[in-house]
Amino acid sequence: MTPSNPSRPSGKRIQFMATCLCDAFYDQAAIATVQVLEHVGCSIEFPEAQTCCGQPAFNGGDWNASRKVVRHTVATFTGDHPVVVPSGSCAAMLFHGAALAFEHEPDRAEVESLGGRTWELADYLVNGLGVTVWPGHYRSTLAFHRSCHSRGTPSGDAALTLLRSIEGLQLVEFGEAEQCCGFGGTFSVGFPNISTAMGELKLDHILEAKPEAIVSADLSCLMHLGGLAEKAGRAIPTLHIAQVLRDALANASLLPVLVES
Amino acid sequence: MSAQPIDQFAAKLSRERQNSVYLGSKAGHEKRTQVLFDAFPLANDLRVLAGEIKQHAIENLDTYLPQVEERLTAHGAKVHWAFTAEDACEAVHQIMQSHGAIRMVKAKTMVSEEIELEAYLKVRGIEALETDLGEFIVQLDHDHPSHVVKPIIHKNRREIAESFEKHGLGAYDDEPEVITRRARNFLRHKYLQADVGLTGANFVVAESGRLVIVTNEGNSRFSLAATKVHIALVGIEKILPRDRDLALLLNLLARSGTGQQLTVYTEFISGPKSPTQPDGPEEMHVIFVDNGRTDVLASECREILRCIRCGACMNVCPVYRQASGHAYRSVYPGPVGAVLSPLLAGDRFPEMADLPKASSLCGACQEVCPVNIPIPDLLLRLRDKGKRAGVPSPGVPPMWPWALLASQPAAWRTALIAGKAMDYVPMRLVPVPAVQAWVGKRTLPKWRGGAFRKWLKNRGQPVEPRRQTSRIQILPDAKPATIAGAIAKT
Repeated sequence: MTPSNPSRPSGKRIQFMATCLCDAFYDQAAIATVQVLEHVGCSIEFPEAQTCCGQPAFNGGDWNASRKVVRHTVATFTGDHPVVVPSGSCAAMLFHGAALAFEHEPDRAEVESLGGRTWELADYLVNGLGVTVWPGHYRSTLAFHRSCHSRGTPSGDAALTLLRSIEGLQLVEFGEAEQCCGFGGTFSVGFPNISTAMGELKLDHILEAKPEAIVSADLSCLMHLGGLAEKAGRAIPTLHIAQVLRDALANASLLPVLVES
Repeated sequence: MSAQPIDQFAAKLSRERQNSVYLGSKAGHEKRTQVLFDAFPLANDLRVLAGEIKQHAIENLDTYLPQVEERLTAHGAKVHWAFTAEDACEAVHQIMQSHGAIRMVKAKTMVSEEIELEAYLKVRGIEALETDLGEFIVQLDHDHPSHVVKPIIHKNRREIAESFEKHGLGAYDDEPEVITRRARNFLRHKYLQADVGLTGANFVVAESGRLVIVTNEGNSRFSLAATKVHIALVGIEKILPRDRDLALLLNLLARSGTGQQLTVYTEFISGPKSPTQPDGPEEMHVIFVDNGRTDVLASECREILRCIRCGACMNVCPVYRQASGHAYRSVYPGPVGAVLSPLLAGDRFPEMADLPKASSLCGACQEVCPVNIPIPDLLLRLRDKGKRAGVPSPGVPPMWPWALLASQPAAWRTALIAGKAMDYVPMRLVPVPAVQAWVGKRTLPKWRGGAFRKWLKNRGQPVEPRRQTSRIQILPDAKPATIAGAIAKT
C-alpha cells in the first residue's frame, strides 16, 4: 500500500481534507490538525464542498457508490498542492484504493493524480516537511496504536518519530501491537462478534500496559476501541496524534492565541 | 441479528476450540517472524522477489507446462491433464484399476482435498489412507482440516487421545509422544500393504522436470518406499521456472509455514525407478489439475495462484484466529481461502461470496505472504464482484444513501447538522441493523456534526504567542478519568 507517487508535492500551501469522521464526531482532531499544520508554517485551504474519501463503500464492496463519492472528491480538491489528511486509511483510500476502483474508468488519471499528492498527516510532517523533532512537552504515558492502513506506508514510523521526540511523553509497549483493532469499516457491523472480539483482545493488551490514553493516526480505530472500552466499563481516553502534537505545543505556550472574530 | 455466516460461526465456536486456534496460529506466526528475520534481515525483499518469480511462472504456464511434460516424459513418468476435479479423480482411479490396486497411502496434498479424492475412491472400494499425522487424525474423526499446514490446529491433545481410544489405537493417553508412536506403528504396516503411493508436490521445476515434495514426518518417502506406483497430484500453478529458484522458495516456504529453516525432508523426484536411480516406484504418474485454475488465471485475481500453501496468512489473520478454519466452509481457509475458494467455486461463486467480506482488510496477510500476494486488494475485488452479481450481504448497510449525501455538498452539510438528533434518540431503539450491530457492544461518540466547519469559519486571526491552556491538557499526574473528563468538557 505504498503511496503511488514517490515524488509527492510537499510545499507548505496545502489543502486540508478533514474526513467524514472529523466532520461528524471529531472536530477536536480536525482543529488540532489545523493548529499543528499552522505551527509548521502551512497555509491551509479547506475546500468547503468536501465530504468523504469514498472508503466506506469501497471497503463495503459497492464500488459504484464509492466511485460516485471519489469523483466528487476529485472535483472538490483541484490544483496541485499537497492534500493533507488526518487519517491513514482515508489517505490510503486516495493513493491506493481509489486507483483500484478506477482501474477501468476513463477518469482514472484524475483520480490517480489526486492520490499522487495526498499525504497522511504524520507522513507529511516527517517525510514531506522533514520535521523529526516535535517541540513542546507532553507529560503522559500513552499507547500508540499503529493502525493497519499504515502497513507498507511511511505513516507508522513517521508517527512514532514524532511521538518519541516529544519531551515527557512515554510510549508503552504492549502485546500483539501489530494486530488489527477489529474495526474494518462495514466489517464492524457485518461481523460484530469477530470485530468486537478482536477489539477486546487489543484492549486487553493495551490496558495491561496501563497507559493514560490511546493515541493513533486513525480515528476509526479509536472510535471502535474507545466505544468498546466505554461500553465494557473500562473506558480509556483516545487521542488523535494531532491532538497530542497540538497539546505538546500548547503545554509549552507555543501556540498562537486566537482572537474570536 | 443478521450477521454474516462466518461471524455466526465464530459466535458459536467453543471457547476451548477458539483458544486452540488462537494459540496455535499465534505461536506459528511468532516462530515464523523470528526464524525468517534472524536469517534474512531483508526478508521483505525476498518475499517480493519470490512473488515476481511465481507471477512470471503463472503468466507463462503455456510455455512451462509443455516443458515440464517433455522433461517428465523423457524421465519415464507419465503425464496426465485433468481439467476438472472429476477428471482428476477418474485419472487416479483408472491408474489404480489398471494395476488391480485397492490400497493407497497418501502423503498430505491439498489438491486431493479439493477434488474430494478420498470419498471418490471409497465408493469404488479403494482405501486411501492419510499418512500425515494431522491428516490421519482428521481422517479418523471424519473431520476436515482447518489449516493448510496444521490440519488439526483446532484440536487439543485430549480430543486426539479420546479419538485414538475410540478407534482402537490404545487406551487413553494424551502424551504427544505416545500418540505419535501409536500412529507410527499403525501406519508402518499400511505402508507395506499399500499398492499405490499418492503425493502432491510443493514445486515442479520446468527446467528439470523435478517434483519437489517437503514433509516433516518423512511420510511422503515412506509412501513411495514399498509401493510400485507413484501418483502425484499437482495443481498447474505449482511450476517454478528454474531449479535455482528453489533456493529462494524452499527457504521461504519452511520459514513461513512452520518457522523452520528447512523442512525435515525435502525430496526431489524426476521420474520412476531407472538404472541410475534404482530405488522407488516402478511407475510414476503426474496428474496436473486445473479445476478452475485457468479461470482464476483469466480473472483479475490471478495473483492468488502464486500461493505456495504455507499457511502464514492464516496464522497471522485476526479473523481466522477468532473464527477458526472451518468457518470458511472450504478446503482453503483464512485469507488465501477467502480469495481462492470463491474463485474455484466457479458457478457456485454466490454461495461463497461472503468469504471475502470476512476481513477487516488489516493487510497482515500480505505483509507475511512469502510470495507477496496482495490479498486485501483481491478481497476487495471479490467484494465488488459479489455486489455486481447481486449477492445479498447480510448485516452490511446499503451504501447508496451515503453515496448520494457524500456527492452533494449542500445535502452533506444539512445532514451534519441534522445528525445532532442522534444524541437524543436512544440508540437501542434505532431500527437499523448496522446501528444495532454497533451499539450492542460499543458506544457511539457524541455527534459533533458541523462543529469543525463552524470553528474554522468563526475563529479569529492568530496573534502573537502567549501562554495558553490546551483544550485537552494532560497534567503530569493525570489519571485516565481526569483526562476523560477533560476531553468530555471540550
